[in-house]
Amino acid sequence: MADPNEEAAAQSAAVTEEDPNKLTNARVLANLHRMFGEDAFTDVEEPYGLLTATTTRERIHDIIETLQADEEMQLNFLTTMCGIHYPDHEGKELGMIYHLHSLVHNVRLRLKIFFPIADPVVPTLTDIYATANWMEREAYDFFGIIFPGHPNLIRILNVEDMDYHPMRKEYPLEDGTREDKTDLFFGR
Amino acid sequence: MNDIRVPEIKTVAAPEGIEGAGFFATSLEKVVGIARANSLWPLPFATSCCGIEFMATMGAHYDISRFGSERPSFSPRQADLLMVMGTIAKKMAPIVKQVYEQMAEPRWVLAMGACACSGGIFDSYSVLQGIDRIIPVDVYVPGCPPRPEQVLDGLMRVQDLARNESMRRRNSPEYQALLESYNIK
Amino acid sequence: MAVNDTLAGTHKIIEEAREQQHNQLIPTVNDFNQELTTLNLGPTHPATHGIFQNILQMDGERIVSGVPTIGYIHRAFEKIAERRPLYQITPLTDRMNYCSSPINNMGWHMTVEKLLGITVPKRAQYMRVIMMELARIVDHLICNSILGVDTGAFTGFLYVFQEREKVYEIYEEVCGARLTTNMGRIGGMERDFTPVALEKLRKWVKEFPAVMREFQSMFDRNRIFMDRTQYVGGITAEKALNYGFTGPNLRAAGVDYDVRVMNPYSSYQDFEFDIPVGTNGDTYDRYLVRNEEIWQSLRIIEQALENLPEGPYHADAPHYYLPPKQAVYQNMEALIYHFKIIMGEIEAPVGEVYHSVEGGNGELGFYLISDGGRTPYRLHFRRPCFIYYQAYSEMVVGQSLSDAIVTLSSMNVIAGELDA
Repeated sequence: MADPNEEAAAQSAAVTEEDPNKLTNARVLANLHRMFGEDAFTDVEEPYGLLTATTTRERIHDIIETLQADEEMQLNFLTTMCGIHYPDHEGKELGMIYHLHSLVHNVRLRLKIFFPIADPVVPTLTDIYATANWMEREAYDFFGIIFPGHPNLIRILNVEDMDYHPMRKEYPLEDGTREDKTDLFFGR
Repeated sequence: MNDIRVPEIKTVAAPEGIEGAGFFATSLEKVVGIARANSLWPLPFATSCCGIEFMATMGAHYDISRFGSERPSFSPRQADLLMVMGTIAKKMAPIVKQVYEQMAEPRWVLAMGACACSGGIFDSYSVLQGIDRIIPVDVYVPGCPPRPEQVLDGLMRVQDLARNESMRRRNSPEYQALLESYNIK
Repeated sequence: MAVNDTLAGTHKIIEEAREQQHNQLIPTVNDFNQELTTLNLGPTHPATHGIFQNILQMDGERIVSGVPTIGYIHRAFEKIAERRPLYQITPLTDRMNYCSSPINNMGWHMTVEKLLGITVPKRAQYMRVIMMELARIVDHLICNSILGVDTGAFTGFLYVFQEREKVYEIYEEVCGARLTTNMGRIGGMERDFTPVALEKLRKWVKEFPAVMREFQSMFDRNRIFMDRTQYVGGITAEKALNYGFTGPNLRAAGVDYDVRVMNPYSSYQDFEFDIPVGTNGDTYDRYLVRNEEIWQSLRIIEQALENLPEGPYHADAPHYYLPPKQAVYQNMEALIYHFKIIMGEIEAPVGEVYHSVEGGNGELGFYLISDGGRTPYRLHFRRPCFIYYQAYSEMVVGQSLSDAIVTLSSMNVIAGELDA
C-alpha cells in the first residue's frame, strides 16, 4: 500500500507535468511584460481567476493589435468591452474595460484603461475587430466616450436627439414624465 | 359507446328583432355590430416578450382564429384592431402613432402586457410609460406577460365593444375631442 | 472650457460620421444598367419577428448595401440593474432573451454565486442543467419553426408549438410562470421538483423525439427548403470570429466553441454530449446545427434525469436564500433574514466577476462590478445577439430580399437581447 500522501503528491505532480505548455495566467503576464515592458501594466490582479491589468489609452490599441497577431497566446477573440464611470476618481472618471479570450488556450484577459471625463477620447479598435464597431457605439451612447477613427460613431440604442449620456452616474434612471409615483414624503 | 364526440358548431345568435314568415327585421346597427365583432382583423404589433406569448395564442393550442381573427393583418390599412404587445421605447413611440394613424375607422386598440399598459417594470429614461400617452386604448390586458387565455379574454372584450358600439360614435364630438387630445387628425 | 471643446469635437466627429454614412447610402452608379432603389425594411416588418430597421439599397431584387438601426426596444437594463439588489435583477434577465429565460436566470445566479463563493449542491446543479437544456430546446424550436414559416411552411410551426406548450407546463410546475420564469434563487432552486414535474418531464422526454423527427422529416431534405436556405447568408469562420460570433451561429461556420465544454459550469462536465458543427455557416447549416443541438440537449436531460442525485436543492446561504415561509413565522432569525433580503439590505462583497454561460444564442456573459454596496456598481451584459447582429448587413449583400429575411430569422436575433 502506498502512502496516501505520497500518492496525492505524485498525482499533483502528474497534473503539472501533464501539460507543460498549458498557458497559465502567470505565463500570460510574463509574456505581456516581455512584449510590452513592465511599466505598461499597473494594478495587476486575478479576481476569480481572471487576469486583470490596467494600462493606458495610449498603449491599448497597440497592445490589443499585437495580442491578436500573437501566435503563442492567441488572445484573438474580443469577448466584450464596456465603459464605466467613477465620478469620485479625479482625472480617471471614465474607463473602458476589454475582455479578451483565447479560444485555443481557454485563457481570458481583462484590460482596463481610465481617462479624465473632460477628455474622453479612446483609440478605436474597429480596424482590428469588426465586432468593436457596435460596442464602441454603445460606449459612446451610454458614456460619451469618443473613438476617433470609428467609421460611424452615432448613438445606437437611444434616440438620436438625446442630449446626455444616460449611464453616467449623475443622470437619473427614472422617466421624468411620470407623476403617479411621486411621494410627498419620500420622493420616488 | 358515446366516445365519438360530434363537434358542436357554434353560431352567432341573431340580434333582437321582429321575425315573421320570410322576413326578419332588426336595426342595421346591430347587424353591423355582429359583423364587425366576429371578423376583427388584428394587427399584431409585437415588440418583445409579449409577442412570443402572442405566437402561442396564434398557435394550435390556443387558436385565436376561433374568435374571428384568423387573419393577422400586417398592413394597418386592412386592420381593425391594433394589438400592441411588448415594451414601447421612446424611439418606437412615433412609429406606433403612425401605424395607428394609418388604420381606417373603426379601429380599436388592445394594450397587451404591463409594459404597453403602463411601462411595467421598466421605469427608465428610454421606455414610454404606457402607450395611452400617445394613442387611445380600448382594452388593457395586464400581466408580464399575460397568459394566452388573458389575451383571448381581452380580444373578447374588444368584441363586446365592437358589437355594442353605436354606428355614429366615431362621428361624435366626444370621440373627435378624444382624438384631438392625442393630436391625431 | 475643456468640456465645451470636447463637445464641439464630438459634434464634429458625429457630423463627419453622418456625412460618411450618407455617402455610403448613395453608391456611385458606374453601371448604366444599374438602377438603385431604397427600401425601408422595418421597423415593423412582419417577417422580422421583432423590431429592427434596415435601410436597404436594392439593385432590382439584389441587395447592394444595408444600414441597420437598432434600439427600438431599448429598456436600459444596465442602468436599472445599478439600482436593484442582486436578487431583483433576475426578473430583468428574464426579459433579455425571452425565448430561453431559464438560461439567463441561472447564468445570473451563477455569477452572483461566484462573487459570493457559494457552492451549490449537486442536485440543484443537475436541476439547473435540466431546466437550461429545456430552455435551449425551446429556443431552438422557436427559431427553426419560424424559419419554416419564413420559407413558406406554417405547418411545422403549429406542430412544435404544441410541444412548446408542454415545456411551458413543466416550467409552470417548477416555477409557476410560463415565459418570464424568474426561476431559481441565488444559491439553488426555490423548490424541489414536484413528483408531477418529474412525471411530466419524463413523459415529455419520451414523447418529444417523435415530434422532432416528424418536424425534421418535413424540412431536412425538403427540396424547396434546401433551395431557399443553402448558400444563403453564409459567413466564414474567420469573419465570424472577428465579428464575435458565438453559439450555434459560430458553430455553423465550423468553430466548435461551446462554453459548456470550454468552461463547464453547473456540472456540465458530468454529461456526455457532442457539439455539432457546420461547414458553410449558411442558413441551412445554422438550421441543422440547431436541430442537432436539440437532440444533444435531450441526451443531457436524459442523463441528468437518470442520475439526478439526492440531497438538498439549495445551498446554505441565509443571506441570499429566502428562508421557508413556515420558519419566517416561527423563527426570529429566519424573520430577520427574510426582512433583510426582501428589503435589499444585504451588502455584497467587493469584487468584480465575469461569468458566462452558453445561452440560446451564444456566450451570454455577465460582468458584475461590486463596490460593496447593496446593488451592483456596474453590471454589463455580454449579449450575443447584439454582437453578432452587426454582421447582418454584410452577410446579406448580394442576396435577394427574400434571402435576407431567411438569414435574419435563422440568426435568431431576439430584440430584447439586442437592445438591452
